[in-house]
Amino acid sequence: MAGIVLERLSKVFPGGVRAVDAIDLEIADGEFFALLGPSGCGKTTLLRTIAGLEAATSGTLRLGDRDVTRLPPGARDVAMVFQDYALFPHMTVLDNVAYPLKIKKTPKQERYARATETGESLSLGELLDRRPAQLSGGQQQRAALARAIAVHPQVFLFDEPLSNLDARLRLEARTFIKRLQRELAVTTVFVTHDQAEALAMSDRMAVMEAGQIRQVGTPREVFRRPASVFVANFIGSTPMNLLPATVADGAVRTGGVELPVPDEYAARLPSGLDVVYGIRPEYVRLDGATGTVTGEVSVVEHLGTAELVTVSTTAGEIRAVVPDVDEPAVGDTVGVTFSAGQALVYRAEDGALID
Amino acid sequence: MTPADVVRRIGFYTLLCLVFASFVLPMLWLVSVPFDAKPSLSVSVPDFTLGNFETLADNPSAYKSLLNSVIISAGSMVLVVSLAALGAYALSRVRIRGRDALLYALLLLSSIVTGTAAIVPLYILLDELQLLDSHTGVVLAMSGGLLPAALFILKDFMDTTPRSYEESARVFGASPLRILVDVVVPIARPGLATIAVWTVVQVWGNFLIPFIAYNDPDRFPAAVRMFTFYTEAGQPNLLLISAFSLAYAIPVIAMYLFVSARYGFRFHGGIKH
Repeated sequence: MAGIVLERLSKVFPGGVRAVDAIDLEIADGEFFALLGPSGCGKTTLLRTIAGLEAATSGTLRLGDRDVTRLPPGARDVAMVFQDYALFPHMTVLDNVAYPLKIKKTPKQERYARATETGESLSLGELLDRRPAQLSGGQQQRAALARAIAVHPQVFLFDEPLSNLDARLRLEARTFIKRLQRELAVTTVFVTHDQAEALAMSDRMAVMEAGQIRQVGTPREVFRRPASVFVANFIGSTPMNLLPATVADGAVRTGGVELPVPDEYAARLPSGLDVVYGIRPEYVRLDGATGTVTGEVSVVEHLGTAELVTVSTTAGEIRAVVPDVDEPAVGDTVGVTFSAGQALVYRAEDGALID
Repeated sequence: MTPADVVRRIGFYTLLCLVFASFVLPMLWLVSVPFDAKPSLSVSVPDFTLGNFETLADNPSAYKSLLNSVIISAGSMVLVVSLAALGAYALSRVRIRGRDALLYALLLLSSIVTGTAAIVPLYILLDELQLLDSHTGVVLAMSGGLLPAALFILKDFMDTTPRSYEESARVFGASPLRILVDVVVPIARPGLATIAVWTVVQVWGNFLIPFIAYNDPDRFPAAVRMFTFYTEAGQPNLLLISAFSLAYAIPVIAMYLFVSARYGFRFHGGIKH
């Protein structure tokens, strides 16, 4: 078992694209760590650099107390599960699972014993003689996991492990992988572009943009206090309300409305500062005719047990999640009330959270 | 249906029959004349006999030449398949400037290497290398001509093999040669089988290069040997030629059927997921 330490790690592709830009990061031993970001943010390149499939341009990478920056992938003692699972189509599931052990020159008998045992622990017992093409997507995924587990690596690397599964199976696989990781307690890094997946599965997560990490923290921290407007925009299945505003006399104002902020902010908001006021739709209430601001309901979206209501106000479009029992109709005039304690204020200039 | 339509249709089918017959006649000749006691260049119901094959059996040079054909075909096949597999894998995976231009240029020039245009320089080259009258010389000349097209077809196969297969093996510590043997070759097997059969057919049927490269009749392959079957009067010995033609055709047909049943032919890459 080993933790992962990245120091000023960079990967620059020929042509000058800085896919990974001087990243410092520590991942603790046994941690389940998510790399989250939109496509092209460098998260997959970072994962591939940890695996050794890409050579780091500069910086160092340590697994446990070993400096592996210049080691070839095979010498790093990591196992990777690819987005398409990369099961060899001409081998049976058993041969696939045993293949890494064959490379490591494990004696044949022990190799197959270990592969069978691992396969059975992932309920692949009946399927070991089949070819990958004869398995369903979920079974293929488990076969790919079994292949990674059977070598007992120090680190697991998962590249978008759930994106090839259909929506229902994805939820099952999410729980399955999380439980498996906890049982094995092997340091695991996984890449995803789905913020819900990262929030649900990881112990800690990093949100990436343009080759850099914008925020590192537990899912709870990242969800409650996104460190920048970018992260705020990216995290949450219903995007946060972000209203451009200006500070005047210690109050945040926009469109003639004073937006309520937590008390501790008052001292940190100099007059004349341009800010972005952020509040999650879950912390916005629509009750009665009065509130912080009133407006007209323009869109109502059904979310299952709740409704996402968009209200046009003088402060801009504001979205609120309301229980489906008291949903307003389109065209109604409603009062919008912010729950001040949950509001966040960002500097407009660089998008950073003021705290 | 108007009378005009009927006439048109009759005309169409007559034309089809003529075209079909022109393809089928040589085949009919090949399977009927060897069993005819009085072989001729026309196709007729044979006056059945196996005597022609007895005559062939008494001619040791015929068997020798078939063996020579097997040696040079197999030699070229092994050389072309192994070099094309290595080369196509490298060309598919390594980015080099002008790679596609290089491939197209090779493909274009290769038709000259085994073609008539280069026959004099090729002869001189083989002479200088002291490879005239040797199977090695013919194998090298044929392989040189066939490799570019083989590379071209195989590279397409390798291109469509997902990189994640190799990367996955790499993370587990497999060396490039190991990946080629364990992962890439098995996946590209239909392509390799296609190249192998195609090489054998090309070499088996080639007349010109062995004709100029061998002086010693003992080394003639079947295609050249057939050219020497004349009677004392200087007439083509149809007795021998017909029986030998069939003996010459059967190995290739058998190989084709075997490989087709075993591996299946494909001229494009790609794997089912």
